[in-house]
Amino acid sequence: MATTLTTPALTISPASSVPVRRKKRIAPSRIIATVIVAILAVTWMVPFAWAAITALKSETEAAATPITIVPESGFTFDAFAKVLQQGNIPQWTWNSLFTSAAITVVTLVISALAAYALSRIDFKGRKVLMVVIVASLIVPPPVLIIPLFYQMVAFNMIDTYWGVILPQVISPAMVFVLKKFFDQIPRELEDAALVDGAGRIRIFLQVVLPLSRPILAAVAIFVFIGAWNNFLWPFIVTNDSSMLTLPVGLQTIKSAYGIQYAQNMASALLAALPLIVVFLFFQRQIIKGISTTGLAGT
Amino acid sequence: MSASTSIRSVSTQQAPAAENKHAARSRRDRIHGWSFMAPFLLFFGLFLIWPLIHGIVMSFTGKSLTGANSSFLGFANYAEALGDVDMWHALGNTLYFTVISTVPLVLVALLMAALVNMGLPAQWLWRLSFFAPFLLASTVVSLFFVWMFNPQLGLVNEVLSKVGIAPVDWLNNPDIAMWSIVIATLWWTVGFNFLLYLAAMQNIPQAHFEAASLDGAGGWRQFFSITLPQINQTTIMIVILQVLASLKIFDQVYQMTGGGPGGTTRTIVQYIFETGFTGYRLGYSAAISYIFFGLIVVVSIAQFAITRKRSA
Repeated sequence: MATTLTTPALTISPASSVPVRRKKRIAPSRIIATVIVAILAVTWMVPFAWAAITALKSETEAAATPITIVPESGFTFDAFAKVLQQGNIPQWTWNSLFTSAAITVVTLVISALAAYALSRIDFKGRKVLMVVIVASLIVPPPVLIIPLFYQMVAFNMIDTYWGVILPQVISPAMVFVLKKFFDQIPRELEDAALVDGAGRIRIFLQVVLPLSRPILAAVAIFVFIGAWNNFLWPFIVTNDSSMLTLPVGLQTIKSAYGIQYAQNMASALLAALPLIVVFLFFQRQIIKGISTTGLAGT
Repeated sequence: MSASTSIRSVSTQQAPAAENKHAARSRRDRIHGWSFMAPFLLFFGLFLIWPLIHGIVMSFTGKSLTGANSSFLGFANYAEALGDVDMWHALGNTLYFTVISTVPLVLVALLMAALVNMGLPAQWLWRLSFFAPFLLASTVVSLFFVWMFNPQLGLVNEVLSKVGIAPVDWLNNPDIAMWSIVIATLWWTVGFNFLLYLAAMQNIPQAHFEAASLDGAGGWRQFFSITLPQINQTTIMIVILQVLASLKIFDQVYQMTGGGPGGTTRTIVQYIFETGFTGYRLGYSAAISYIFFGLIVVVSIAQFAITRKRSA
């Protein structure tokens, strides 16, 4: 790292935000800080590690006292195998994947279209729509569950993918994140195309969208994560075990498996895996997205 | 847009024609505008505006899941809710959770960001460790913590017994259960606030710190006189987002304690859920929903007012 470079010319090291000049003097405090952060980070890893250790034990070992870290009979993949063979986890994973992907695609399409209109097209009623959509940000989703459930019964959408997907595609926050981005695209690009006689749709598809790839990716990742992890709505609109999403399904195994701790932890880890993989792939975009938009994750 | 209009009118060379074009243009914009909005507005109307209105209507009726007695009751549901001890209890629990969770969720995030921002090596590793839990579904978090908090077999009590502390019944002791949920929530979501703080700290111009250290200000002094004031806006935003998120808590409580022991952790969202789906009283449940909504509106307006005063 840049710690070794102490020439006066390099007062700001690229990888660090602390002036190099001070580094020699505050070296002990950086060591202390590193130790504290390391302790915190290890603490933050404990629940994962303990779940993994438990999942790799036999059920007898998992429930044995005194607690061991390395079981006498060694580690085993039995719990994972059982959960994958007997349980509904593969079905729930598919349900989550399908509904989350559908929610992401629909949200992205309708939000981008709306954001473009709000950002660029000068039409009557635009200001009123803006106010209404801003105001809707204040509505807490739990307030809607009772009437929405009733509505789903009327639409015959209980225990269907439609029932899970449709109420989750409205995201006023995402409309505003996209609008803010569109606002920054220079209008000249579009005006030139308009003069050439290009229609709005073509401009949207061929000029605006290609320039907006980074923000579209960030919004897509956020919507996907939110949909994948949503509990309350799928919990209310699904009942049939084959229709549950992964988070809702996991809630049912506690009672079904009872005290089978190893299998509980194996299920939890299997449910966590897909998003951890997504994160490792998109780490940069996710962190950047959170840092720049802030409200995107809520 | 004005640029293209002028080009068009020049090219036509005729004032009336240009005016016609202008009118045509504005009509076309209106059609385009509403067409682009239409798909969003369709879902927005169906799944947000309509249930919002329908919920208000329901809250004035005795509607139940079985469909019986959906007669108009006026404000009877609201009057009953305001006299409902369980409702107040749930509301109190929710506010209690909001207070005792917001403080650590902001301060621990600040501590993590301040430490990582000291130019420590391997930033990506700390970021990954602190943020990874945020990616988990609430059910996964609850499964992890119910297991760790298990009185006989849990890791937490095992570690405590090693240092001579008697086992704690984390989720069944009425005085402790809510704190256990705060611990699980802190582990789960502090990484989000941490990332917001870290980004804000990394945006502070280095020149501030250089000038301060030339003046002889030490690390602590710099943190309190430069870093904290510079990230003031971020702190306000984090607190607002956190309070609103904490007021809506349901998942982890429902999954870890079911609202117990003895209703000491039951939150207002769970009470809405239970009156509606376990008690089958949709109308009454809707009324409580709108009391909760009123609380959220009041809190939001208060926060908005405070923010405006500060920035003015």
